[in-house]
Amino acid sequence: MANLNLTLKVWRQLNAQDHGRIETYDAKDIPTEASFLEMLDIVNERIVEDGGEPIHFDHDCREGICGMCSLTIDGVPHGQDRGVTVCQLHMRKFKSGDTIWIEPFRSKVFPLLRDLMVDRSALDRIVAAGGYIDIRTGAAQDANALPIEKDKAEAAFEAAACIGCAACVAACKNSSAMLFVSAKAAHLNYLPQGAPEKQKRTLAMVRQMDEEGFGNCTNQYECEAVCPKEISADNIAKLNRDYAIASFKEAVS
Amino acid sequence: MLKSNIPSGPIEQKWTKHKFDSKLINPANKRKFKIIVVGSGLAGGAAAASLAELGYQVDCFCYQDSPRRAHSIAAQGGINAAKNYRNDGDSVQRLFYDTVKGGDFRSREANVYRLAEVSNAIIDQATAQGVPFAREYGGLLDNRSFGGAQVSRTFYARGQTGQQLLICVYQALEKEIAKGGVTMHSRTEMLDLVTVDGHAKGIVVRNMVTGEISSHAADAVILATGGYGNAFYLSTNAMGCNVMAAFRAHKRGACFANPCYTQIHPTCIPVSGDYQSKLTLMSESLRNDGRIWVPKSAEDCKNAAASIADADRDYYLERKYPSFGNLAPRDIASRAAKEACDDGRGVGPSGLGVYLDFRDATKRLGESTIRARYGNLFQMYEKITGENPYETPMRIYPAVHYTMGGLWVDYNLMSNVPGLHVLGEANFSDHGANRLGASALMQGLADGYFVIPATIAPYLASQTPGSITTEHQEFKKVEEEVRERVGKMININGKRTVDSFHRELGHLLWDKCGMARDAKGLKEALAAIPGIREEFWENVRIPGSGENVNAELEKAGRVADFLEFAELLCHDAHDRKESCGGHFRSEYQFTEKSPEVKAGKTQPGEAKRDDENFSHVAAWEFKGVGKKPKLHKESLKYTAVKQTIRSYA
Repeated sequence: MANLNLTLKVWRQLNAQDHGRIETYDAKDIPTEASFLEMLDIVNERIVEDGGEPIHFDHDCREGICGMCSLTIDGVPHGQDRGVTVCQLHMRKFKSGDTIWIEPFRSKVFPLLRDLMVDRSALDRIVAAGGYIDIRTGAAQDANALPIEKDKAEAAFEAAACIGCAACVAACKNSSAMLFVSAKAAHLNYLPQGAPEKQKRTLAMVRQMDEEGFGNCTNQYECEAVCPKEISADNIAKLNRDYAIASFKEAVS
Repeated sequence: MLKSNIPSGPIEQKWTKHKFDSKLINPANKRKFKIIVVGSGLAGGAAAASLAELGYQVDCFCYQDSPRRAHSIAAQGGINAAKNYRNDGDSVQRLFYDTVKGGDFRSREANVYRLAEVSNAIIDQATAQGVPFAREYGGLLDNRSFGGAQVSRTFYARGQTGQQLLICVYQALEKEIAKGGVTMHSRTEMLDLVTVDGHAKGIVVRNMVTGEISSHAADAVILATGGYGNAFYLSTNAMGCNVMAAFRAHKRGACFANPCYTQIHPTCIPVSGDYQSKLTLMSESLRNDGRIWVPKSAEDCKNAAASIADADRDYYLERKYPSFGNLAPRDIASRAAKEACDDGRGVGPSGLGVYLDFRDATKRLGESTIRARYGNLFQMYEKITGENPYETPMRIYPAVHYTMGGLWVDYNLMSNVPGLHVLGEANFSDHGANRLGASALMQGLADGYFVIPATIAPYLASQTPGSITTEHQEFKKVEEEVRERVGKMININGKRTVDSFHRELGHLLWDKCGMARDAKGLKEALAAIPGIREEFWENVRIPGSGENVNAELEKAGRVADFLEFAELLCHDAHDRKESCGGHFRSEYQFTEKSPEVKAGKTQPGEAKRDDENFSHVAAWEFKGVGKKPKLHKESLKYTAVKQTIRSYA
């Protein structure tokens, strides 16, 4: 395939104090085999050679697992392609002449750091509130002493596949973090190892989520649609159930 | 200078004896000690969480926005342990032996035995933390096979074992952050090590958001900062992986051991163009069911794979290594792929590729089984290449993946700089000249969960807690040096981008110090590197200031260190005049005429070790930029295993 000539409309903002704006860049002669981030590398190298400052974006593993990359492309977190992070999006999905809008993951809970980089540390604080199994190093029994039904282990795995990228939050008109929180909680709540702290965990994570300022879920499922790991919104239903039970138990205890 | 501090006694009693003989710190006193942990991957994260559980105050640093994103997360295939849940004859002894042999008899025996010994506790720990390992219908844990072993001892969580293990490490870390035992500093990069009277007492860091440069003091410092594969520019490492922390420590006195032991992973997606920023690994687990081949004749290379008859295919690993077949260890599988391509039989547009074919496995097991085993890996391949591996075979080629070399450490994982401890890929000790698949996760977690919590106490017990603070003049001095270096870099204002220098260095290293090396090429590299480095310091362009997020400045700092480290790498490769594991010197290989080949013990083209002259760890002492480092040798003595020709035939 012939190389692509594209126009980029990119959000630029030096830091949190700066007023942001959209700037326009030509992206000429882009190989179709390049990934989206490699396309930005090419553009950035040209910007630097021309005396400008490169477009800043978060990225690290570039194989869809670290969860660092966080671009909104043409209005969709991680772009139109299903089940991928932006680093797995390849330029063969675009055609010459396209204009591509590139913005950061937007949420009032994620302060902007520079250009397309945001601060997602609220997600870490939700995990710190209760998203773990409190076992000391060295205190574990033999791993096979507790058999777990295969389907339960699989369900836990499906939820645990979340890479914490926050596309779900960015896609939600309410800035709800329910898909993230429900996946993190479900991973542990499905497992027998997670049972002793299930109630405490569920309440603590949901309360921290609210305290951080994330919005409510109104069942639009935009989160599920953009999730690069295709985490199911069924986890949200499970979290609602677990939360209702935990709240009831707390109220009557 | 190098005291390995290996405990006396029989190998199977060393670790227990050592723990009993080591000094302890009373629980009430632990909270008085502060420990810095740099890195939050499996080794660093596990160490930070476990040390905080014990009561120490921990300051943990990572360059990513969250500790959960460290590059351990990208490990796909699995983690080894000697559980013998399959009743297939596995044992601590066998895991130990396989690992020592896999490392081509260049690792420290006592460390490897300890690694095998604690491997089982890792699986217990991870399972209790909620790692959703693959299970069988009976509810018990499943296993698969990895290269270099004839037993099934690899535990896995589909193709994302690293992410699942790291998430649970991260959760343990967040738990300790919430309890106040760990203070986390994310988006913070270590720029230098501070030593006081020869002891590591702190670090100087840069806040990657505000640009602020600051000092942090502690009673001991732990580096768990990963490997140096990105020196080659293209590798399977994350973009941010770098050698800075380890190399800064090296410049402050820590010996760097065996840098020439670099692992080239056989199954990566081939390079497609010079815009490429990284290479993607396809898990070694694919070799459980995939068969690797190239056409027998070069004329067939341009034809569709499916059109080539079985008789015209060369399943070269199965042919050369019948008992291990497609599960030959990584170094051997990589070199065999290179040989096939050098022979003109490579496939794909560049001619640098071999097939990894699931046709026969799909016929035998059905597509649904293949999908269940490798679905996410197949999907990943399709996303990148646009080709469907259920229909056409994957094309793969070796790529730089893991680095066995690292900072020299003793049995306590302490470097020759007292107080400076090094864990995981950043140290050198356990994998010798080649690492077996599914052993990196094992080592990272062994070091972090089980070794360092026991072995840091003897050092701390010799120190008065809190005796050094950042008010000490050494901190002022190092901080000033760091500021000066950052300022100098920003003010060069030259013409070339940081990446252009990194690419140039990477190409040179791959050509001269890659899968095969020789004295001539290494001399050429050693002659060329100083020139690239000098041009960098005169002509690099770093736009913007140090007071905001500045990605070019971050990259420049890392590349500047790679440009110094590359010389060390080539010196080590040049001076190790033998072939072993990932270090293949073309001059040192078996030929038709070798007595060992005639006796049927090995084959022509295999790595030829020189145990008489090179059975040692090469630990290099820094002597100045551009100056040849000084070699110190730690002799390797094998008492529990016999050094033999490493055969997988």
